[in-house]
Amino acid sequence: MSKVRVLVGTRKGAFVLESDGKRERWNITGPHFAGWEVYHLKGSPADPGRIYASQSSGWFGQLIQRSKDGGKTWEPVGNQFAYNGDPGTHLWYDGTPHPWEFKRIWHLEPSLTDPDMVYAGAEDAALFVTRDGGQTWDELPGLRHQGSGKLWQPGAGGMCLHTILIDPSDPKRLYIAISAAGAFRTDDGGKSWKPVNRGLHSEQIPNPDAEVGHCVHRLAMHRSRPGVVFMQKHWDVMRTDDAGESWKEVSGNLPTDFGFPIDVHAHEPETVYVVPIKSDSEHFPPEGKLRVYRSRTGGNDWEALTNGLPQKDCYVNVLRDAMSVDTLDPCGVYFGTTGGQVYASSDAGDRWTPIMRDLPPVLSVEAQALP
Amino acid sequence: MIRVVLPAHLKTLAHLSAEVELEVEGPATQRKVLDALEAKYPMLRGTIRDGVTQRRRPFVRFFACEEDLSNASPDDPLPEKVASGVEPYLIIGAMAGG
Repeated sequence: MSKVRVLVGTRKGAFVLESDGKRERWNITGPHFAGWEVYHLKGSPADPGRIYASQSSGWFGQLIQRSKDGGKTWEPVGNQFAYNGDPGTHLWYDGTPHPWEFKRIWHLEPSLTDPDMVYAGAEDAALFVTRDGGQTWDELPGLRHQGSGKLWQPGAGGMCLHTILIDPSDPKRLYIAISAAGAFRTDDGGKSWKPVNRGLHSEQIPNPDAEVGHCVHRLAMHRSRPGVVFMQKHWDVMRTDDAGESWKEVSGNLPTDFGFPIDVHAHEPETVYVVPIKSDSEHFPPEGKLRVYRSRTGGNDWEALTNGLPQKDCYVNVLRDAMSVDTLDPCGVYFGTTGGQVYASSDAGDRWTPIMRDLPPVLSVEAQALP
Repeated sequence: MIRVVLPAHLKTLAHLSAEVELEVEGPATQRKVLDALEAKYPMLRGTIRDGVTQRRRPFVRFFACEEDLSNASPDDPLPEKVASGVEPYLIIGAMAGG
């Protein structure tokens, strides 16, 4: 029977959970890197034992940790993230030019085929890549230099590159997303990029339909249909059917279309999950009820999933990297909260169980199916 | 011989349980001590000084002989008692956090 591993990053360390295919009993190790923020961990699809972790702290900066044995042992690898050439400037909150300054790695996206190759999304927004298992990192500067970079501005959480999607049918095509710049796509492995934000509408920027400036919170795709991408924007849930050339809103009957994570069922490309959050200032579920919403129609028609989730007095948030699906059958769905719970469903969202609770605020959740 | 005391998180990272003893050539300075420390424990690169600019991280402080050397020139000679190993060179995580 297949197994599953869940990698949980929190404000004060990381945890590794493993279970058999029933996903009822979990063996937990951690905290790894205790006391450090772990924004993200992710395993290599090409080698499930290979895991990369972004470990950072306000005191001691950025580290990247690598495990070759599924998270049992770790070794620090390269942590020098230098912007290519003259870093230049972007716009600060007050609209003045501000130099690019590296702060941390938000997201690590291992190659689908090479365990030594990993993309890393940085704050201030930039995309880095390693081809030697994390020893050295090089920026792919075409993203920042594609023309609009000098106009990007940080969102409240910083100017972070938080989402990286690799097209399984064409590894030279990547989608990334930046708060608060928008979504971008490359078709040549990261040399050149274009904004792909047509159809997004954001009342919070001077030109609501601008080419860049949208606060995209998360993108998700199903590997069988890489031209279809779903988006949770600051407000609005969106989808594109033409690789980002145009977007349409699919918020439909959601109680609120603000939120952070979005993900797609591993076996049903039209089944999508979001966690509606009341508003940009009230970062908690509406009515104190923690509800995952599932659409089986690729958006617009959404159903509330509540079985096993707190339905009163719940005021946690679910951050953008804190939801994941496994590839077992039935599909497992997982998410972590800022209140320190990790909820799991082994039946595609019908029933939920907390598999960890009382953790520090959860920053990221990644599920890996294991042979 | 120069004695260096690291904050707990960096001792964990470098798999150390006690203070570090280092040798540097010529007059001891903060730069030479930190260079020697990072050469012996490469996993500490970038955690005390920025990996690109080599500037002290804002929330890291350097103390010795009850003095704050954090903002002194990295090329100034260290106090004789530190250079001779009588007193340790202290690398401190500043009071901050949450």
